[in-house]
Amino acid sequence: MSTILSLPDQRTATLPKKNYLNNEHGILSWLLTGDHKRIAILYLISITFFFFIGGAFAGLIRLELLTPQPDLVASDTYNKFFTMHGIIMIFLFLVPSVPATLGNFLIPIMLGARDLAFPRINLLSWYLYIIGGTLTLTALVLGGVDTGWTFTTPLSTHYLNTHVVTAATAIFVAGFSSIFTGLNFIVTIHRMRAPGMSWFRMPLFVWANYAASLLMVLGTPVLAIAIVLVALERTIGIGIFDPTKGGDPLLFQHLFWFYSHPAVYIMILPGMGVISEVISTFSRKRIFGYTAVAFSSVAIAVFGFFVWAHHMFIMGVSNYSALVFSLLTMLVAVPSAIKTFNWSATLYKGSLTFETPMLYAFGFIGLFTIGGLTGVFLGSLGMDVHLTETYFIVAHFHFVMVGGMLMAFLAGIHFWWPKLTGRMYPESLSKLAAVVTFIGFILTFMPQFILGYLGMPRRYHAYPPEFQVLNVLSTAGATVLGVGYMLPMLYLAWSLKYGAIAGDNPWQATGLEWQISSPPPTENFHEIPIVDYEAYDYERLEKLKKHEVTTVG
Amino acid sequence: MGISPVLWQFLIKWLHSSALFPAEASTIAPYADALYFFLLLMTLVGTVIVAILLVTFSLRYRAEKNPVATQIEGSTLLEATWTIIPLAIFLVCFVWGALLYFRIYSPPANSMNIYVVGKQWMWKAEHPGGQHEINALHVPMGKPVQLTMISQDVFHSFSVPDFRVKREVIPGRYTTVWFNATTPGTYHIFCTQYCGTLHSGMIGEVTVMTPSDYEKWTQESTSGMSLAQNGERIFASMGCNACHNGTAAARGPNLAGVYGSKMQLTDGRQVLVDDAYLRDAILNPSQHVTAGYAPIMPTYQGQISEEGLIDLIEYLKNLNSNYRVQQTLNTSQSNATAPETAPGVKP
Amino acid sequence: MDNHAIAQAEEHHVSLPQHRHHFETEEQQREAATFGMWLFLLTEIMFFGGLFMAYLLYRNWYHDAFVAASNTLSIPLGTFNTAVLISSGFAMALAVWAAEVRKKGLLVLLLIITTVLGVAFLGVKYVEYKEKFELRHVPGANFDISQFVNPPKEARDQQHLAPDMAHKTEVFFSLYFVMTGMHALHMIIGLGLLVWLIIRAQRGAFTSGYVAPIENFGLYWHFVDIVWLFLFPLLYLINIHPGR
Repeated sequence: MSTILSLPDQRTATLPKKNYLNNEHGILSWLLTGDHKRIAILYLISITFFFFIGGAFAGLIRLELLTPQPDLVASDTYNKFFTMHGIIMIFLFLVPSVPATLGNFLIPIMLGARDLAFPRINLLSWYLYIIGGTLTLTALVLGGVDTGWTFTTPLSTHYLNTHVVTAATAIFVAGFSSIFTGLNFIVTIHRMRAPGMSWFRMPLFVWANYAASLLMVLGTPVLAIAIVLVALERTIGIGIFDPTKGGDPLLFQHLFWFYSHPAVYIMILPGMGVISEVISTFSRKRIFGYTAVAFSSVAIAVFGFFVWAHHMFIMGVSNYSALVFSLLTMLVAVPSAIKTFNWSATLYKGSLTFETPMLYAFGFIGLFTIGGLTGVFLGSLGMDVHLTETYFIVAHFHFVMVGGMLMAFLAGIHFWWPKLTGRMYPESLSKLAAVVTFIGFILTFMPQFILGYLGMPRRYHAYPPEFQVLNVLSTAGATVLGVGYMLPMLYLAWSLKYGAIAGDNPWQATGLEWQISSPPPTENFHEIPIVDYEAYDYERLEKLKKHEVTTVG
Repeated sequence: MGISPVLWQFLIKWLHSSALFPAEASTIAPYADALYFFLLLMTLVGTVIVAILLVTFSLRYRAEKNPVATQIEGSTLLEATWTIIPLAIFLVCFVWGALLYFRIYSPPANSMNIYVVGKQWMWKAEHPGGQHEINALHVPMGKPVQLTMISQDVFHSFSVPDFRVKREVIPGRYTTVWFNATTPGTYHIFCTQYCGTLHSGMIGEVTVMTPSDYEKWTQESTSGMSLAQNGERIFASMGCNACHNGTAAARGPNLAGVYGSKMQLTDGRQVLVDDAYLRDAILNPSQHVTAGYAPIMPTYQGQISEEGLIDLIEYLKNLNSNYRVQQTLNTSQSNATAPETAPGVKP
Repeated sequence: MDNHAIAQAEEHHVSLPQHRHHFETEEQQREAATFGMWLFLLTEIMFFGGLFMAYLLYRNWYHDAFVAASNTLSIPLGTFNTAVLISSGFAMALAVWAAEVRKKGLLVLLLIITTVLGVAFLGVKYVEYKEKFELRHVPGANFDISQFVNPPKEARDQQHLAPDMAHKTEVFFSLYFVMTGMHALHMIIGLGLLVWLIIRAQRGAFTSGYVAPIENFGLYWHFVDIVWLFLFPLLYLINIHPGR
């Protein structure tokens, strides 16, 4: 299989003398940095840490579900496991994953800017994230929380004596971290574009992050106030959600899902951005229907705000509002379909190579297609009645979040790793990891669709014995999946020291980030570039290369 | 459904016996399954199309075979195609799903009613005839059964997968669900909304019986007092009959035959008197003052349990004349020195 | 990072100390800051939006309780506070002007007036809260509805509420305390920022052409004012019917 990997001659290759990594030394130069690239690395380290903690809980959950009896841990411990798994994975991993690491690193560079608009707020948002993370760990160490990540009232306010307020504070604080990241991105994208970088010359990764940022900025505050009210209801005893005082617990659900449904798009949109970059690069082709893909991101963001009540179809919302929300849910599925077909069509008449990021991207498209289409089951009112709150839901959103987002995150990490670190990871091992992840994923979550239709409820510590076979399959798959996630962790760490020198543009990609050295210098560009070409212009890149060869040679 | 009933039966039986598919035990189930298979087909076709595109292009346009990519800007026609076709399919799913939803949540008029109270972590079923069950539910085959449900504490969700029905059980308001079981046997009841520590222990069994067996069961397991009779005792012991006695001078409106009627309220609203209205009027009387009466009724919030409220509602449903109310009034006045506590009244 | 700013400043044409290295021009920096502030205020609107939504819902459900509870709030104090807050906002607006015309003494004075008026607002709020504590109108275990069931003679509203409706006043007071509390929290954060601005203004940081922090803080302070201008009628005034 031929490859477009164009690494420099390893005997003579060196990393750039001055880059953002070695520009300053000492731990303080990291902790007080305003450099978006360094903050991205800080984020990368922290979210990886939390990913593995959240993953450990997932492992424990699957282990417990190996047998129908509640035998590994006590019920409340099990409940704490899935609560912690949810809180950590959603608020501390998925929401910040691509935007805060890759987005933070790349958006200014892709726009031709020296940094995000507000570097200090960027650093502040990392600190808020760390405070949120620390509070979560505090809640965990003090004895855990067992509300489920949804904090359903009145269960969370009146019927549990775990550390709900600590966890709520953690989410509140982490929420502000996400608001500030989104705000920074939006301002940067509006105000910091290099001369000539018009909206429709921006890489699709930027478009996707822009859409996600809109959701972060508009949605997260609503979660914040809902969570404040829960905390106040628990501590002081105000009565806004308390049915015994005349409050309406369904109001909480409305406020909560008003954020938490868009949050799903906060999680997936940046991943879609990554996939657009990867597919384009390894097809050597401009993304098919650039405008359609860009606008579909924005459409998802806009429609995403008006579908929240589809989480409440069986809760006695009026039939007519259920109809409206079901219809809107169907509409929000369309832009995702458009994207999928555009990615597929990009391959047509391309010149494809299959590097690791491309394999992950293929995995993404496959799994996301299944994840998206099973979402239609749940948007379809009558079907939702049977499927909601079962393992079908669990399988569906793991297909989107893990099969989709995590695959995209790994695609992005493998794609930009040479840019982040200046070094290359072992190619064959990383391909193996991509394949193992894919197989492990299918094995883990496919059985859960069947379990869901059989009616196995989610968040069950014990289950009827007839569900065991499928659960064992799922647990077995989770083991494979775990290996698939450990592998990149190991070889990426290895590559930091021993990896081949990557050179500026190992993939021969077109983005601005590939035109500067790897790792980039602290100020990104010595001279702010003037952009007089469209995104994904591979012909121009070829010409430049030829020109270079003739003039130099 | 498009495929022959025999094939359908065979398919379902085969899937069910390999533990890949739930039993079809209610009249709703085949409708739900038909939509399920349609959606499954849609997913399969969608995934296969995408997979074929990926694989074909990967083989045909890999760099060795096609070293130079041809730049294509896009195609409005194609964009429109893959916007409109998925949209059309999704709209079919929407309409089909909506029809099914209305079928699932619109009980037939002749359905029999059973009350269900959810609490951490058990299901209490109350039959109008006075049969009380915990984590079990006995229903006759071939008769539509409506469940009127309420939670005593947190959100629960009543789910019978083999019937393909489910409904959230919410504190402070009644929700209903109905089914018509078709096959005798026992089926799982799950609580599907996370409700605290023993959420996974909040399970039960619904037993579907032939009408004759069910008849036998009701006779053997009655507690001797129907819900309406319990309600009558509460009605008397809470002193409801002091005002709602149907006499001309009564301070409260006449309640005989009130269930199912339209009532005019002082604030001008006209309301249908149903379970939810009665419950609300007992707990929050000042918001439901009948036209022509003074807002003097005290609230019974915190004084009657959910079961007690159900008893009262069941009593009012069956109250056709005030004869017995007035009778009770006389006896309770004469027995005023030794009031008895009715079951369902909080001590 | 400041090192870089200096290093950059040496390399480029940049002269002003507040200019940050990653902006091409000062114009761009100023626009970005203002745009960011407006976006932040948008998130604030969403934050309070959830509360207004709840208010709307419960006012519809429990109209009588909301009327009765609202009538226990002191309109003189509320009006006074509104005037104080508007004056504070006015002083802030003048402060922005003072920074623009580069009058340091005036700027500091106006910022101090803004602060003092802000503190006065919180002081009055404290008096109001204290009264609620004494009347046991703070939601929670101590909440007491007797005043609504049997209004005392001096009460503005002599309507007797049925006990079940009277209990719903707790919902009103929950919203009252959360809404005004959140507003007060924003004031406290604002006052903290004001002190910081005063110290920097004293050093002359904002009177040499760099007014963005003052301007943006002004936006924030006006936003806090505007929230109050919604809270005051919704919580205090909505049930006043002169001539009835």
